Order: sequence, then C-alpha cells, then structure tokens
Amino acid sequence: MKVLRAVIGVSVGLWVLVGLAYPLAMTGISQVIFPYQANGSQVKLNGKVVASAHVGQYFDQSQYFWGRPSATSPPYNPEASSPSNLGPTNKLLIQHIKARVALLLKTTPGLKVNQIPASMVESSGSGLDPDITVQSALIQIPRIAKATGIQSATLRRIVTQHIVRPQLGIFGRSHVNVVDLNLAVFKLLHP
Amino acid sequence: MSIQTILTWAVVIGVFLVTLKPLGTYMVRVFTFQPTILDRPLKPIENFIFRVIGVDRESSMSAKEYSLSLILTNFAWAVGAYILLRLQGQLPFNPQHFGAVNPQLAFNTATSFTTNTNWQAYAGESTMSYFSQFAVLSYLQFVTPATGGAAGIAFLRTLSGRKLGNFFVDLTLMTTRLLLPLSIIVTLILVAQGIPEALSPYLHVHSIVGQTQVVPRGPIASWEAIEHLGQNGGGYTNANSANPLESPTALTNVVLTIAMGLLPVAFFYAFGVITGRRRLGWTLIGVAGVLYLVMLALLYFPEAAGNPIINAIGLHTHANMVGKETRFGIGGTAIFSTSTMAFTTGSVASAHDSFLPISSIAFYMAMFLNMVFGGKGVGLLNMLMFVIITVFLIGLMVGRTPEFLGKKIEAKEVSLASVAFLIHPLLILAGTALAVATPAGMAGVFNPGPHGLSEIIYGFTSAAANNGSAFGGLGAALPFYEVALGIVVVIGRYASIIAMLFIGQSLLQKKAVPESAGTMHTDTVLFGGVLLGSIVILNALTFFPIMALGPIAEQYLMMAHHLF
Repeated sequence: MKVLRAVIGVSVGLWVLVGLAYPLAMTGISQVIFPYQANGSQVKLNGKVVASAHVGQYFDQSQYFWGRPSATSPPYNPEASSPSNLGPTNKLLIQHIKARVALLLKTTPGLKVNQIPASMVESSGSGLDPDITVQSALIQIPRIAKATGIQSATLRRIVTQHIVRPQLGIFGRSHVNVVDLNLAVFKLLHP
Repeated sequence: MSIQTILTWAVVIGVFLVTLKPLGTYMVRVFTFQPTILDRPLKPIENFIFRVIGVDRESSMSAKEYSLSLILTNFAWAVGAYILLRLQGQLPFNPQHFGAVNPQLAFNTATSFTTNTNWQAYAGESTMSYFSQFAVLSYLQFVTPATGGAAGIAFLRTLSGRKLGNFFVDLTLMTTRLLLPLSIIVTLILVAQGIPEALSPYLHVHSIVGQTQVVPRGPIASWEAIEHLGQNGGGYTNANSANPLESPTALTNVVLTIAMGLLPVAFFYAFGVITGRRRLGWTLIGVAGVLYLVMLALLYFPEAAGNPIINAIGLHTHANMVGKETRFGIGGTAIFSTSTMAFTTGSVASAHDSFLPISSIAFYMAMFLNMVFGGKGVGLLNMLMFVIITVFLIGLMVGRTPEFLGKKIEAKEVSLASVAFLIHPLLILAGTALAVATPAGMAGVFNPGPHGLSEIIYGFTSAAANNGSAFGGLGAALPFYEVALGIVVVIGRYASIIAMLFIGQSLLQKKAVPESAGTMHTDTVLFGGVLLGSIVILNALTFFPIMALGPIAEQYLMMAHHLF
C-alpha cells in the first residue's frame, strides 16, 4: 500500500511540475520575450500573413524561384511533414530525379545538366525545406527573366542580397530562402 | 570537407569535453546528497513531494524493491497515458479538435513513450492535441529518461560501496535537478531561433501565389528541448527535427545535437568520480568516443561522395541530399545523426531510410552496441555489462580470477551479464525472422530489394535498443508492427536494466579483494583496446550475417548500378 501511495504521489507531483507547469510557463515566458518567433515567425505583406518564415512554400510558376522537390501531399503541406523515404536502390527514386532534371532542362533556356545541384532534384527531409543553394537559385534566373521581363542582372542582385551566410560564420552553409526571394520578385512585379 | 563542417564538429565535441567534468561532478553531488547551487529553489518542491509520498530523501531499497517500484511506476504511466490518449476528444487544449486516439495506436504510443523508446506510429501534427503533446507525451519524455537515469545512478552507488538508494527519490531528483533546469535554458534558445511556443490554433497562411498553408503551432520548443535532453527522440511532427518548425536553423541543429549528449557523456565521467576510479572513467569515455568518431566518419564520407547511380546522371554536385535539409548540409546532418544514434535519442534531422547502405551500418552499429555513451544511465549499464564480460574473457585467457572494482566476478555476475547481452540480439533476430516469415510483417515493407529487409531489421533493432528512430518507409502503423514492436520495447527496456541492478547488488554484498601484483588493471589503454575488441567481435559474430543480407548486399548492388 505504501508503494502504491508513492507511485501515485510521485507521478502526480511530477506531472504537475513538468507536465503542466513547465510547458505552460515556458509558453508564457516565450510569448512575452519572443512573441514573433513563438507565434510562428509570421511574414506579413499589406497586413496579411503570407508565410511562416521558416516553412517552405510550393512554387511551380515560371515567374518565381522554385524550391526543392517535396514529398508531402500536396507539396509543402506543413500538416503532413514527411520525406520520400525512398531507398538508394529504389527505381522510383531515380525516376523522380530524372523527371525533375528533364523538367528543369525543358523550362530553363540554356541550362545544362552539369549546372544543376543534386539538392535541387532530390526531395528534402521534411518536405518543407524553405532553402535552396545559391547555385540552385542562379540557374533559374533565365527562366524567370523570360517569364517576367525582369532583367537578369536585377534578379542576380536579388539573389545576392538574400544569401544567408553560415550562422556565426560556423554553422550551416550559404543558402537562400525561396519564399524571401519570391517576395522580392512579387514586389517588383506589383509595385 | 568544408571549414564549416570541421568547425561545427569541433564545437559539438568541444562542448562535450568541456562540460563532462563539471556536469559529471554535479551529478555525483546531487545523488550523494551533497549541497549544490540549486538546493534553495528546488528543495522545497522536492520535500513537498517526498512528504506526500512518505519517503525519506536518504532512504534506501533492495534491488528487488527498486526494480518493483520502477516497474510499477512505469506501468502506472503507461496506463495513465493510454487513458488520456483515448479520452483526447474530451480534454482541453485541443484547438484542432482531434478525436480519441484508436486503441492499438494508444497502446503502442503509451508503451513506446513509457519505455523511453518514442517509436511513433502516428504523425503528431495531425493526430495529437496540444494537451496530449505536453501533458501526456512531453511529460513522459521527462520521467522516462529519469527512470533510466535513476537505474544508472543506483547501479553506480552500489559499485561505489554505497546503498542502492530510493527509486522515488532518484526519479524526482533526476527530473528536478538535471532535466528541468537544462530544459528551461534550451527552450529559450530554441524559441529565440524561431521554434513556435504557443497555445493558439494552427496558423493559416495565404501565399503570394494564392495557396493556403496550415502551419502547426503549439508548445513545440519546450517539447524539442526535453525530447533531446532526455534522449527521447519522439518528434512533435512526423518529420521530427528535419521539420523547420522543430529545427529552423543550423544553430538549432547544433544545440539539439549538444543537448542529446550532455548527460550521457557526463554520466560516464560521474562513474569515474563516484567509484573513485577516474582513470577507468576516462578509459570508458575513450572506448565510447572512438566508436562515436567511427560512426561520424561512416556517416559523413559516403554521403558526401553520393549515390553512384545518381552521380552517373552528371549533376553539378554529388552529395546525397535525398531526405536531407539544405540548412544543415551533409556535415550538420552527419553529426546530428551520429549523436541521435549514439545517445539512443532516435530523433531524426534527415530521412534515415534514404541514407546509402554503407552509411546506414553506422545506425545499426550504434543500436546493436547500445553503449556508444547510450541513453544516460542505460548506456553506462550496457558498457559495464561489456566490461564484466571482457574481464571474464581475459580472466579465462590468462588464468586469473576475474575482478572488477576490487570484487570477484563469479558465475552469478557473468550469467546475469550474459543474459543482459543475449536478450538484445534475441529480440532483434527473432522479431525480424517473424516479420519476414509472415505476410502481415512483409506487408509493411516500403522499399523493394535488400533495402526492404533493412527496414524490418531497423524497426526491431530500434525497438529493442529503445532508440525510436525508424527507416520511415516501414509501415509502422500496421497492427502487426504496433503490437510486435510494442512488446519488444517493453522487454528490451526492462530486462537489461533489472539484470544490471541485480549484478550491482550481488557485487555490493561481496567482500572487497585487496589489490595485489596479480590484479588485472582495467584503467589502462591496453584494457580499453581489449574491451573495444571484445565489443566489436561479440557483436560482429552476432549480427554480421543479417547485415550481409541487408545493407552490405545492397551496397554491392548499388555499386553495380542495380535498381529494384
């Protein structure tokens, strides 16, 4: 009986402390100190929420930069994050990659296979990867210039301005956030 | 190899090296009831709990009482979790109006979280309410690693000639003195980097091209902190720490990597302090450290070189980025994956199913050995199990009575250690055989060819090692796997812990043998080498055949550009 009292007592006591007080207090503190981040890093345009800063979005229009392939259904669905889980010797994996390469070659004037980074044709771990490498952005410029009439030089400047360097010079690789890039393009198209 | 990769690795390993001494010493002070800096704020809370349950802080139990209390408490949590998940529809903090969790899934989830495995047969963002996430699952992510840690601490006490201690006290202190304070700090770093921490409903986003996205929110940062500090590994969302909502930057990737390792590494140091044999502590840290570095290399170099079949297309870069995130790159992904497998966390920052076969051997290696630091407490128990077996083997070879920490290792200890060692392969191999032999098991395979077998082996190994990561393609939500893996996690978790507690008690009751010229020294580089060799040989003999049928076969077929 004494054991039973201890089992229930310690379980309930710790539940109140780390099951309820900890998450609720951390939420309260975060809401006060970091309200922007804690509420999903909302990116606003004309007062409306157009993106959550770290979550990628699906773009397949020629006038916008494209992100990495996404394995979620529909693509870039944050309610169903998932990788493709395709193994390295799965026929489907190679088919998907080749189809993606073919699409990029068909839609981008002058693009060659050996300019395409692997990450641009291989799907991400979450299906929500917001970033692409700088090279992946640069190779899309001819397509976007053709579709929008924006000068290639302007687009190249936008890419350069949006390069995110490694944090503290150490962590991660240089990359660009696709949603950020496209917001810049959107603003040029809708002055 | 980029300078960023080298520096990132150096920072992670550097932090482990710098923190292991102060954290390990602090741990020993807490569990030998010496004053520490956190006494003032925390003692009143702890004393209140101890008063309610009628337990004295410095009281002690026998190994039998300790094991029984541990099992009963864990059982109560599993039952409580099951009930709360079944009642989800009626409980508060459910802005997305998720209904009750179905019975098999509630069973699988309750057992897997109670055993600190955190295998997930569901997608959190579309199944669990905020209440289930924080008051059920996140709670278990505190108390279940505390359970493993308590068992480890109890074992250490007996090794140092102290009494075993009281399970309820150890459980409480593990939670209040280690997990809670560290979680508060880590949560704040994570929120600052952009992980949501809110109770408001999912965020509706209308993109500039007219699409609507529903972005999950919730107390994600506080979850993420304890998920890693406790080597739990259950993801808030399906994609776990690959999801930018759970790890938005390269820095959060590193913070989570460090959070997983802090306590397991310090635990090895604490072993040296509490037994008064620091050199032995360092020997064990060295052995585990070597294995950690082997895994890191095994995960990095093949992935950086890429898949030969894809490389034949002639792209601009070659690294295998299937299932990996741009912001982490191969270097950041490799150190996270190494840590999540070494420390038996089981969270993932990339799709393990899509790693190349040769790199995936690092995953299996970590889970087979289960002592490359391992989960705090449990990893050390497994390491000491191998030490006892090795001491016995050497004793046989040189014809001396095997001794460890001044106590004779005799039939009883060796039998218990052998049982603890053999349960692991038994669960993995028998489970895999059963799955391969039945249509219900084969129905869960996603990738064709040898990779399909690898998926099944990974599932059972992960369950037996209480790791919880998966080759995500496996149909973990099928009833066969929900039940089979649910059973494996329970046996895998408790059998070895309890065997070790009894070894500890048996050693405690023995008279110490004074050291003499004939004593075999366990704190030398030579012993470390023999220990490493025994670990590798024992496990290679056990697992090589099944590795040959899975990843090794696939590696050769991949090099021959064979597709399935």
